[in-house]
Amino acid sequence: MFKVIKPAAMMLVMLTLLTGVIYPALVTGLAQALFPAQANGSLIRDSQGKAVGSALIGQSFSNGKYFWGRPSATAPYPYNAGASSGSNLGPINPALADAVKTRIEALRAADPENKTPVPVDLVTASGSGLDPHISPAAAEYQVNRIAKARRIDPDKLREMVRSHTEGRQWGFLGEPKANVLALNRALDAIR
Amino acid sequence: MTSNGFLQIAVYVIVLLGLAKPLGGYMARIYRDKSIRPMRWVGSIESLIYRLGGVKPEQEMRWTEYAAALLVFNLLGLIAVYALQRFQSYLPLNPQHLAAVTPDSAFNTAVSFATNTNWQGYGGETTMSYLTQTLGLTVQNFASAATGMAVLVALIRGFIRRNQETIGNFWVDMTRSTLYILLPLSLLLALALVAQGVVQTFSPYQTVALAEAVSYEQPKLGADGQPVKNHEGKPVLEKIEVREQTLALGPAASQIAIKQLGTNGGGFFNVNSAHPFENPTPLSNFLEMLSILLIPAALCYTFGAMVGDTRQGWAILAAMTVIFVALVFVTVPAEQYGNPVLASLGTDQAPSAAQPGGNMEGKETRFGIVNSALWAVVTTSASNGSVNAMHDSFTPIGGMIPMWLMQLGEVVYGGVGSGLYGMIVFALVAVFVAGLMIGRTPEYLGKKIEAFEMKMASVAILIPPLVVLGGAAIAVMVAAGKSSVFNPGAHGFSEVLYAFSSAGNNNGSAFAGLSANTPFYNFMLGLAMLFARYWLAVPVLAIAGSLAAKKIVPAGSGTLPTHTPLFMALLIGTVLMVGALTFIPALALGPIVEHLQMTK
Repeated sequence: MFKVIKPAAMMLVMLTLLTGVIYPALVTGLAQALFPAQANGSLIRDSQGKAVGSALIGQSFSNGKYFWGRPSATAPYPYNAGASSGSNLGPINPALADAVKTRIEALRAADPENKTPVPVDLVTASGSGLDPHISPAAAEYQVNRIAKARRIDPDKLREMVRSHTEGRQWGFLGEPKANVLALNRALDAIR
Repeated sequence: MTSNGFLQIAVYVIVLLGLAKPLGGYMARIYRDKSIRPMRWVGSIESLIYRLGGVKPEQEMRWTEYAAALLVFNLLGLIAVYALQRFQSYLPLNPQHLAAVTPDSAFNTAVSFATNTNWQGYGGETTMSYLTQTLGLTVQNFASAATGMAVLVALIRGFIRRNQETIGNFWVDMTRSTLYILLPLSLLLALALVAQGVVQTFSPYQTVALAEAVSYEQPKLGADGQPVKNHEGKPVLEKIEVREQTLALGPAASQIAIKQLGTNGGGFFNVNSAHPFENPTPLSNFLEMLSILLIPAALCYTFGAMVGDTRQGWAILAAMTVIFVALVFVTVPAEQYGNPVLASLGTDQAPSAAQPGGNMEGKETRFGIVNSALWAVVTTSASNGSVNAMHDSFTPIGGMIPMWLMQLGEVVYGGVGSGLYGMIVFALVAVFVAGLMIGRTPEYLGKKIEAFEMKMASVAILIPPLVVLGGAAIAVMVAAGKSSVFNPGAHGFSEVLYAFSSAGNNNGSAFAGLSANTPFYNFMLGLAMLFARYWLAVPVLAIAGSLAAKKIVPAGSGTLPTHTPLFMALLIGTVLMVGALTFIPALALGPIVEHLQMTK
């Protein structure tokens, strides 16, 4: 038996050095040298250089003057980037229907004139609870509410949404989307 | 389905199949012991490893010695991961001061990563230190993948060799798989992922200011740590205002690369590849999804090249692809159709240029429906198990297909190495069935398939269903199993069945509503993973040993050719028949009932 254990132990040590020490260290070194911004979390900094978010991680917005993002199921508060989580609600779980109903009511209460159906991504929780994006349809749904709250021309706002909308990567990969934090920072920059 | 949906799926399948030959041919050269010119310098690292490890690379092993080396190596790896988790609070590279993992969870995780399952009962960013992630989990990502590839190569040698006692050297096969295949590909992929935005750092978590403060209520705790209660006996709530966001970081890219390439699937963060730091863009998503099936598909070509008839490899790859594509076109439309319950509430689920529509609960906007549903099929046809959307929130049919793909035994591409050796076992059954029909001794690749091979093949095919159905049955009978269920009704049963299908076939994905980080599930699923991995690998090595000792009979007029469409149909039929007969009764109690309830 010892005849097997000794090489097994030594080979595990060798493999650990190679794939558990050298490999992660090499990737970290190259990543920090070649892509430092991405490797450290794609941080957004304000004019004073203070980190005010990540381009990849969403934040929670509930004020009517801002674009609202996807509902988030992280605990104990939404968009907790220290503990990602989805809702894991099944499709016919009554709790899912209740949650969606509450979200639709909140959207309708904030913008009573808008009678159009709500884009589904705006009322369903994202997989990570940190989704930074909404669909262009979900942004359009909120334009009139924000235009009224901020007293700006809705068409100007639409133009802003268009310029912040990213199309499919390479023209065909993924889905069109708009970054909510970027949109709201642009809103705050207007005035 | 949208035309863009068809396009994204078509591009994926074409790129995957297009890479099978170049990568498969390269791997065949590696396993035939040929050096590759630009990688000759790696040879000196290889010899150094053997020298320091005290291994004689030219020493051939019988199948029993090969199996013993594999088992002991995996056992030691398992112990190392367990120890790292238990002692991480005393060890360096733990900037968040995470506590030691509980014994049952540490056991489950150690088994999970050693067996290439990567089932995760824990949330990465709140549980594992950077040291545990790299020195423990990343290492096992490589080791378990290389183990699977080694077993496959040993089985292929069984077909090539004649009248020999030995099937190769485990240490050499494992080391060469790591050095020449897994490491270079991982390095490339990791850097590509960082370029897209995947984090790779050993710094502590980053705190950023929030644009809008968030407030929430939680029970107030007294000095004794117990919730304070008011005069009605209800807990007093206190309002907490959060003005900062803590961004979990870590050496993620290096681990994610091998997690995909090695069909491991264990996420660095809790929500795996749905996390924007683990899978930030549609391009990173495409690369990760491609990496899941890349090596399993290419190994089919390697198999053909090594047995000297590439048509044999293409036939198996074609059979896998037929099943795969058919099931993609069940899952994607099911998810795109959406949830009738939400439609009745006034949501717009129609896909358009401005929104993905469909069943978006648990999915990310950047991936939409097509990439989430395609990923679900990819990750469960391989024994990968990483997710980019929450399978628990899929529609009943959309969630049933991933579950069934696991139950088929992870042979549609399957895990690196393990998928193809599983499929070859099914091929043995297929030629055996054909042999019975025409009344001749079955042969495969010139080897007579006799009682010993069939016994071993039966063990390999019957153990996983026994583990899956037996385990799920026990779990729904005992209180400890039922109390972890999250969703009510048929979906709750699906959560349990999915968990055992995943562990019992070394996949690792989950219907994550199930609270699986309990002593009951940690133990039961840990056992399931051990059975599923080693009660397959060892019989397969036994088959390899038995085949290597046989002579090669030249093909005669009574030989069933195994590269024809007829054989492919027979192989597909065997896989689907075993999977359907075994699991449809159980599936009827879960997703099928739920589908009928949803559409009533």
